[in-house]
Amino acid sequence: MSALIEFQDVSKIYEMGESVVRAADRISMKIQKGEFVAIVGQSGSGKSTCMNIIGCLDVPTNGTYLLDGRDVGSLDKNQLAEIHNKMLGFIFQQYNLLPRLTLLENVEVPMMYAGVPKNDRRERAKVALEMVGLGSKINHRPAQLSGGQQQRVSIARALVGEPAVILADEPTGALDSHTGREVLSLLQQLHAAGNTVVLITHDNSIAVQAQRIIRLEDGRVIYDGDARTADAVVSSSLAGLGGGQ
Amino acid sequence: MKLTEAFQLAVKNIKGNRMRTFLTMLGIIIGIAAVIVIVGLGNGMEKYMRDQFADMGTNTVAVNIMGRGSSRSVSETQMYALVAENSEYFDQISPTVSFSGTVKIATESPSSTAVTGVSEAYFDMKGYTVSSGRGLQYVDMEKRRTVCVVGSYLNSTYYGGNAVGQTIRLNGKSFLIVGVMAQETDGEMEEGGTDDCVFLPYSTAARMSYTGKINSYTLTVVDETQAAACVSIVEDYLYDIFSDDDAYRVISMAQMLDAMNAMINVMIGILAGIAAISLVVGGIGIMNIMLVSVTERTREIGIRKALGAKERYIMQQFVMEAATTSALGGVLGITVGYGLSSVATIIVTALMQENLTVSPSIGAVLGAFGISTCIGIVFGYLPAKKAARLNPIDALHYD
Repeated sequence: MSALIEFQDVSKIYEMGESVVRAADRISMKIQKGEFVAIVGQSGSGKSTCMNIIGCLDVPTNGTYLLDGRDVGSLDKNQLAEIHNKMLGFIFQQYNLLPRLTLLENVEVPMMYAGVPKNDRRERAKVALEMVGLGSKINHRPAQLSGGQQQRVSIARALVGEPAVILADEPTGALDSHTGREVLSLLQQLHAAGNTVVLITHDNSIAVQAQRIIRLEDGRVIYDGDARTADAVVSSSLAGLGGGQ
Repeated sequence: MKLTEAFQLAVKNIKGNRMRTFLTMLGIIIGIAAVIVIVGLGNGMEKYMRDQFADMGTNTVAVNIMGRGSSRSVSETQMYALVAENSEYFDQISPTVSFSGTVKIATESPSSTAVTGVSEAYFDMKGYTVSSGRGLQYVDMEKRRTVCVVGSYLNSTYYGGNAVGQTIRLNGKSFLIVGVMAQETDGEMEEGGTDDCVFLPYSTAARMSYTGKINSYTLTVVDETQAAACVSIVEDYLYDIFSDDDAYRVISMAQMLDAMNAMINVMIGILAGIAAISLVVGGIGIMNIMLVSVTERTREIGIRKALGAKERYIMQQFVMEAATTSALGGVLGITVGYGLSSVATIIVTALMQENLTVSPSIGAVLGAFGISTCIGIVFGYLPAKKAARLNPIDALHYD
C-alpha cells in the first residue's frame, strides 16, 4: 500500500536577490493513513514550507510530492481546489473563521464549495459542531466566542468534509495552556477515530502529544521516529529549550 | 456553489456595509435618475408637440406664395384645379388669407384675436364644428359677403353667448356674425388661444387686404404617410410657374412634426448621453470600492481558497456583489427618477402654463436597470479577477 503523503527529495528554494534560501532541502518522508505526526522545528527550520507543500498551497522547486499517490505538481488550479476541498482539512493558528458568518455557516463553507445540497450540509455542520461541544452556539458569530471555542469551530470545519488529512498549523499557538490541551485532546480523539492528523508546531511539549515526530532543522529532517523516545526531544541542540514534559 | 448562494452572500456583505454601499451606489442612483427624468421629459415634449400639431392637423399641407415680382402669379382657380387633378393625394383645399387690422366689438378692441379668411371647406378640413348659427358657405365666397363665424371665446366674453345675429367691426367694416364655433380647447379658453378667432370668407378678406391677392392655402392630404409626395406635387407645379424655388414655400405638418420630433430626440439623446457619463463615473466608483473590498478581504479569500473554492467561485462572488450593488443602485435610481419626474411635471406645468407630463417610458426604465446591472458586471470584473488570482499563502498571512 502506498503512503498517503510521500515526499521524494522535495526542495523549496527561494531566491531573494543575491542570497538563496533553501527552505526545504531534499526532504524525503512518508506518512501513512491513520498516523498522527508532528512536524516540529524552530522558526526558519522549513516546517511552514513543508506545511504549505503538504497543504497544496505551494509547490516544490524540485522533487515530487505524492498525495494519495497523485503527483500534486501535475495538477491544474481546479484540481488543486478540489484537493483542498476533499482531501485536506486545515486548522490554523489564527482560527481563520469568516467573521460575518455564523458558526453553522462557517462550518458549511467547505461543503458549499463541494456542492453538497443545503439541507444535507446544514445537518452535517450541526453534527460536527455538536461533536466539538458547540452544539448550543450554532447561530453565534466567531467574535462572540473565546479563542479555544473558535479553534474548536475551525476543527469542526476541517473535519466536516471527511478529508483524508487534517493539517493543523500551530493550532495551540494562540491559546493558553489549558485550552491548548483541550484542543490537543480533540486532535487525539480525531486520530483515535481513524483520521490522519499532521500537526505543525515549534513547541516540543505539543509535539510529543503526537504518535510520531519529524524534526526539521535548516530545511532538513534531523529526526524521524517515535514521539515517546528521548531522542525525539533532545536530538536538536536547541530543542531542549522548548521544554519536554 | 449555486448562483443563488452567491447572491445571498452578496446581499449579506452589502448589508454588513450599508453606508459604504449606499455611497458607492450614489453615482449609479444619480445617473439612472437623471437618464429617467431626461427621457421622461423628452417623451413629454414629444407628446406635447404631437398634441399641438394635432390641433393644427397633421394631415394638412400649408402653401405660402411669396411671388416673384408682379409678372407671374398663381390664381385660386389654378390651385383648386391642382387639387382636383391630384384627388388621389389631396382631399380638400382652402385659401387662407390672414387679416391684419383692427377688431372692434361695440366699444372694445380685442388685440389678440386671429382673423382669417377661409373657404367653406375649411371647418371640415380642420375638424371644427359650429355650435350655433351656420358655417361659411360657398355663396358667401361668391358674393364676397361681410359675414363671419366667431370663436367660442369671443362669443362668451363679448356677447354673453348670443353672438349670432350681432355684428363685429373689422377694419371699420361691419360684419354680421352668422355662426359660433364650438369650443376647441380643453379646459379654460384663453385670450389669444384657438377659440379667440374670427373666420370670414376668403374672397372678402382678400379684397380688404393690401395686395388683394390670395397668398396662402391650406390643403388636406388623403394619406399622411404620403405627405412628402404631396409636397413635391405642389412644389413641382409652382416651380413650373415661377421657375424659382424661393417664390413659394410648401410645408407639410406631418413632416414638420417629424422634423420637430427628430430635433427633440437628438436633444434628448445628447442630454441623456451627458447624464449617462455619470453612470460611467458611478461604475468607476463601484470598481474602486470593490478593489478596496478585495484588499480588505484578502484573508477571507485565502481562507475560502484553502477550503476549496475554485477561482471561478471567488470571481462569481465578487462580480455578483458588484452587480447586486449596482442593480440595487439602479432600482433606487429608478424610484428617485420617478419621484423627480412628478416634481418636474409640476414645475414645468407651473412655469410654462402648459400641460406637459414628464413620463418615463417602461423601455427607459428596463434599459436603465439593465445598464446599471451591466455596469456592475463590467466594473466588478477587474476586482473579481484580482481576488480570484490571489495566492492563498500570501492571502492567509495577510493582515
